[in-house]
Amino acid sequence: MRFRTFKKGVYLPGNKERTASLPVEVLPLPRQVVLPLRQHIGAPAEPVVAVGDEVLTGQKIAEAKGKVSLPLHASISGKVVAIEPRPHVSGELVPAIVIESDGTERMAPELHAPPRLEELSAEQLKELMQEAGLAGMGGAAFPTHVKYDPPPGKKIEYILLNGAECEPYLTCDHRLMVERADDIILGLMAMLKAGQATKGLIGVEVNKPDALAALEKAATGLPIEVLPLKVKYPQGEEKMLIYAATGRVVPAGALPIEVGVVVNNVATAAAFGEYLRTGKPLISRLVTVTGAGIKSPKNLEVRLGTLLEDVLNYCGGFTDAPGRIILGGPMTGPAQYRLDLPVMKGTSGIVVQTRAEVEKPDYGPCIRCGKCVDVCPYNALPNYFGLYAEHDRLAEVEKYGIFDCRECGSCTYVCPSRRPLLQLIKDAKRKIMASRKTG
Amino acid sequence: MLETEVVVSASPHIRQGVTTERIMWMVVISLLPAVFASITFFGGRALLIILCSVFSAVLTEAAVEILLKRPVTVKDGSAAVTGLLLALTLPPTVPLILPVLGAAFAIAIGKQIFGGLGFNPLNPALIGRAFLLASWPDLMTTWKWPAASLTWLESQADAVAGATVLGLIKEGTTVQLPFLQMFLGNMSGSLGETSALALLVGGLFLLAYQIIDWRIPVGYLGTVILMALLVGENPLLQLLAGGLILGAFFMATDYVTTPVTPKGRLIFGIGCGLLTMLIRKYGGFPEGVGYSILLMNVATPLLDRWTIPKRFGEVKANG
Ligand code: SF4
Ligand code: SF4
Repeated sequence: MRFRTFKKGVYLPGNKERTASLPVEVLPLPRQVVLPLRQHIGAPAEPVVAVGDEVLTGQKIAEAKGKVSLPLHASISGKVVAIEPRPHVSGELVPAIVIESDGTERMAPELHAPPRLEELSAEQLKELMQEAGLAGMGGAAFPTHVKYDPPPGKKIEYILLNGAECEPYLTCDHRLMVERADDIILGLMAMLKAGQATKGLIGVEVNKPDALAALEKAATGLPIEVLPLKVKYPQGEEKMLIYAATGRVVPAGALPIEVGVVVNNVATAAAFGEYLRTGKPLISRLVTVTGAGIKSPKNLEVRLGTLLEDVLNYCGGFTDAPGRIILGGPMTGPAQYRLDLPVMKGTSGIVVQTRAEVEKPDYGPCIRCGKCVDVCPYNALPNYFGLYAEHDRLAEVEKYGIFDCRECGSCTYVCPSRRPLLQLIKDAKRKIMASRKTG
Repeated sequence: MLETEVVVSASPHIRQGVTTERIMWMVVISLLPAVFASITFFGGRALLIILCSVFSAVLTEAAVEILLKRPVTVKDGSAAVTGLLLALTLPPTVPLILPVLGAAFAIAIGKQIFGGLGFNPLNPALIGRAFLLASWPDLMTTWKWPAASLTWLESQADAVAGATVLGLIKEGTTVQLPFLQMFLGNMSGSLGETSALALLVGGLFLLAYQIIDWRIPVGYLGTVILMALLVGENPLLQLLAGGLILGAFFMATDYVTTPVTPKGRLIFGIGCGLLTMLIRKYGGFPEGVGYSILLMNVATPLLDRWTIPKRFGEVKANG
């Protein structure tokens, strides 16, 4: 059988068997959480609590600042012990609210389920999305509600949920779809209403038959189509997913709304569904902790702000001296060197590789094998990006369309000469942007 | 905090297993059937020629790199491939100094002068061959028929012992063509070009492992067949005689000197086919594979530029 997909791309070893069939475990309440005010793209949230304040689980502790921003909620109950810059995934220090647990779970009294979906208008639903603190949970962490205001003249036709989970190792979306299909479908129905869209689509790679079945069942009788997708990377990359699901091509530099589509992660839809059902805002998420470097790999429900070390300890720690610690999947996730980083809205996994798995960074010249060209889903010539970027010939890389590259890393994965193409591409883009700003 | 050091590097953090080194050794493996065929038909001397060429190529690569204080890269196998390919294009009668000099020239002038692997514009093995052909034209065109094929040769009144089939045809000699013999390789010609069977086995191996792109051999061989039909030559003869199959699968597919774009590769193959047939039919030499590929190598940067693929969702600037 042929499944929907996009052109080119790579077949990656999935490495999902460690955790694919492990039900989600709830990580015990951490003693402390660090909640960065910048967990989403856009303006950082503004604290509405002060050091010393007692806070309850789910209580709003920071307000959204403007339209493209999100509020932040206490993920545990306890005392605010600091509001100060703390280490952040970006490598910078970012202001964060630090809460020390009171050892129990006291829920904020204001948390109650909003009215039923039928009684809510599109406008209200969009407000609720923001109220719930929803950000893209696939990694990008873009505030969800912003996507639901199409520019004038554009209409949302499809809401497309991304359940591809094409990154190797990660299985938290898989488990979510199996275990919480109802929340996903409820969230999607609410999203359809919020966007006044006609149809919901859910794309899932066919290596997750149980997830497909669970979603099919939950979506029976609803205007939702569950689409089995070929297992290929980067199947879950937004524009590739749209192409696979609808056959539509989003122009370079444009947003999905250009072709009438809004894409959200299945986890975002589930979080929305849960909020509508219970009134609980986004204060926890599923995280896959895995890799050969982890003693007992798990799918965990983790309170936002929990530090990596607490998560790793619960999983038995490292098997041996770790070689590399990756936040997110191994294709796009950043490698980290400290464990006092918090789990955030966009943190989908912690993958620990052993030392033996980490290749030496040596690389050779481009032998023009064309493998990178054969796999680039954007049909770019990554070898030329690499060659020109290496010598800072920025005009050439731009001419070859470097800004059409969506940084999936496929080219780098296949390069037999081990050239760090994606890194060169990112550096070149940064340099071009910097020169545009000053120039 | 972490007590041990971890690696912080840019994503992606996983790589596929195939490395440059592995590709080069796979090419060597794919040429082994041709090597065996050459030893079968031309005896131990074939092996000597091959060894001289390979060792000379590897040693030259190391020597030049040491001299220029570059990292020594003989481990990547590319020099060995060049040496092997060059040897397979030589007649079995050449004195052993020829493969030694040819391989040294191929590596030093054909490759290292430009900066080593990845930077040479022309196929180094073919540069080596062109150098030998220009310097010792007689030695390079003295052919020998394998002992087992002599019955056929003797049955042909007009055939000359020192020629190849293509040479005989070029001279206007009428011979009855022994296609099966040609397919197996029991024929006069260069060491590695005679056995189409051995070359096809190796070529299919490279295709199966996706080491080479089908577009080049298919474009090349397809064009030769079409052209042969157009100009009234026997297409089977054109395919089996001379270095065409060796060239189409192993020389025209050299990564460094051929286009990286799919369309570019197809055009490259077609171009090689056209040039080969033009040279064979109208040129001064009986064989044109080597020169055709070298000429197309020259066009490679242009082909790359002309065939830049349209990117997914590409929006024309100012458009
Ligand atoms: S060039 Fe960009 S889009 Fe293309 S494969 Fe490389 S990282 Fe992916
Ligand atoms: S995969 Fe690597 S070696 Fe091959 S063409 Fe691309 S950059 Fe060059």
